[in-house]
Amino acid sequence: MALYSNHAGNPKVKTTRNTIIFIALLLFALATIFPIYFMVISSFADPVEAGAVSYSILPSKFTFASFKFFFDYSEYSYRWILNSLIVATTVMISNVIFASMAGYAFSKLRFKGRGPLFAVLLVSMMIPYQVTQVPLYILVVNVFELQNTYSALIMPSIVTVYNIFLAKQFMSSIPNEIMESAKIEGCSQFEIYWRIILPLSKTVLAVMAILTFMDSWNTFFWPLLVTNTMDMQTIQVGLKNFRFANTTFIAPMMAGATISALPMFILFFSLQRYFLEGVTVGAVKG
Amino acid sequence: MANIAGSIKRRRIKGEGAWGYAFIAVALVAFAMFTAYPVVSAFMISLQEYKPLGSTYVGLDNYTNSLKDALFWKAMGNTLLYTVLTVPVNLLLSMAIAILILPLRKKTQSFFKAVYYLPVVASGVALSVVWLWIFDPMEGGIFNQLIRFFGFSNQNWLGSSSTAMFSLVLMSWLSSHGTSIIIYLAGLLGIDDAYYEAAELDGANFFQKIRYIVIPALKPATLFLLVTGVIASFQVFQNAYLMTGGGPNNATTMVGLLIFNNAFTYFEFGKAAAQSLILAVIIAGISVIQFKYAGKDVEY
Repeated sequence: MALYSNHAGNPKVKTTRNTIIFIALLLFALATIFPIYFMVISSFADPVEAGAVSYSILPSKFTFASFKFFFDYSEYSYRWILNSLIVATTVMISNVIFASMAGYAFSKLRFKGRGPLFAVLLVSMMIPYQVTQVPLYILVVNVFELQNTYSALIMPSIVTVYNIFLAKQFMSSIPNEIMESAKIEGCSQFEIYWRIILPLSKTVLAVMAILTFMDSWNTFFWPLLVTNTMDMQTIQVGLKNFRFANTTFIAPMMAGATISALPMFILFFSLQRYFLEGVTVGAVKG
Repeated sequence: MANIAGSIKRRRIKGEGAWGYAFIAVALVAFAMFTAYPVVSAFMISLQEYKPLGSTYVGLDNYTNSLKDALFWKAMGNTLLYTVLTVPVNLLLSMAIAILILPLRKKTQSFFKAVYYLPVVASGVALSVVWLWIFDPMEGGIFNQLIRFFGFSNQNWLGSSSTAMFSLVLMSWLSSHGTSIIIYLAGLLGIDDAYYEAAELDGANFFQKIRYIVIPALKPATLFLLVTGVIASFQVFQNAYLMTGGGPNNATTMVGLLIFNNAFTYFEFGKAAAQSLILAVIIAGISVIQFKYAGKDVEY
């Protein structure tokens, strides 16, 4: 027995019920992914001006001309993608390393001030980013004079509190006995971390890597603030430029949007498990 | 003997402590530099008329001026309206979807999970570009075509102050429940069948089971999603910035956008900092209230 009746004596009723549910869910799912479908379909249309566009939800034509148009629009189109890749990859790697180290210390090592420090980190997650944006901008641009550099794009997110929290939560569940026996075998703390804790935390590290990469790839606000030439912009900011410069050419705009979203779609479909797992790792236990 | 044992123990802990600090060093420096310092700095800036070369101390002027500013309250009102229209509806929708997914086969479940999660993965800028075109005000706009089919007339969705907010809300309704569906589904799968069995023995029907078992069991998840949803919604910036720019007539100016404009369009850093701290206090207050009233009988 469960929430739904099994209709044990009457499989027909069960099939009908599940079919109705399936259709309802499918209809809503179609509405949900319609924008994405529409984006991809439209990007294969001819790059004609808006006035001449027929808004159609079925592909009338299949051409890569709009993608070519997008890349021809700016000599920096490829550079935007490269910048995004550089920034997202660096942020991902540094987060996995430093958040896992901090997570290990907060979950397994005893040191003075551990509790209060972790509490401060937790509380800081509640602070809206609007509070830090102005001082952070002043710090990076006016004090460090790093505007328009990779350092400015990367440094503020080198390790996030959320990832430390994620690592700590996961590593707390690793039994202490494993570490104790390693200690007796003569492992140093770093060896314990490197050889025992990290291999046991593979799943959460993968989740962390993927979600961090996604956040960094999709981030728009900070790169918008700290870049001021086209060659240092990321794809998200570049896409915005393109939109304002070319609001009349819709198919190439959709091509640009598709390009900016495509890497995440590919990652999602190949590593779906980690994406979906990541959602529940951070949430409270049900 | 006791002395030696004591000193050995102390040395071990001391060594562990040093390792502890070494392991958190980078995280701590990054946190101090990019979170703690900016928060303190925001407070200092909020008390000044900030100029790159020599600021003037103005006390609480930035706060009092903001609290007297009609646009600030308008933005607060817009943000509140947006929150009230999106957060509860999104929670309800995702709970309903999660419940509906439950009886289907594992493969079908995974299929729907993936489809509903897909918009979460897409970049916000890309989605806003697509939605701009969906809301195209011309007759050929997809959404206008759709509502004409149901007998409504053309609307200038994002360009008219009566429909702009609704357009942003609709966009949220259709693109942001992937995460909550998966959290709810995890909660649903964690409910012990024994509860349903007991309810069935008492003659409970499907809706009574939802009312007396499912909803209480999902309460921790709901509280989590409610609090994080409200916090996120109060910081909304990107959609308003990219889709409407806060217009028309400030109908979609959210607090996040107002603070951004004050800071990076008018370079009124002091005012922006003061408003951001007011926002922080409001968010903290709302979170506390939610925990107090909704969290009463939630155990973690």
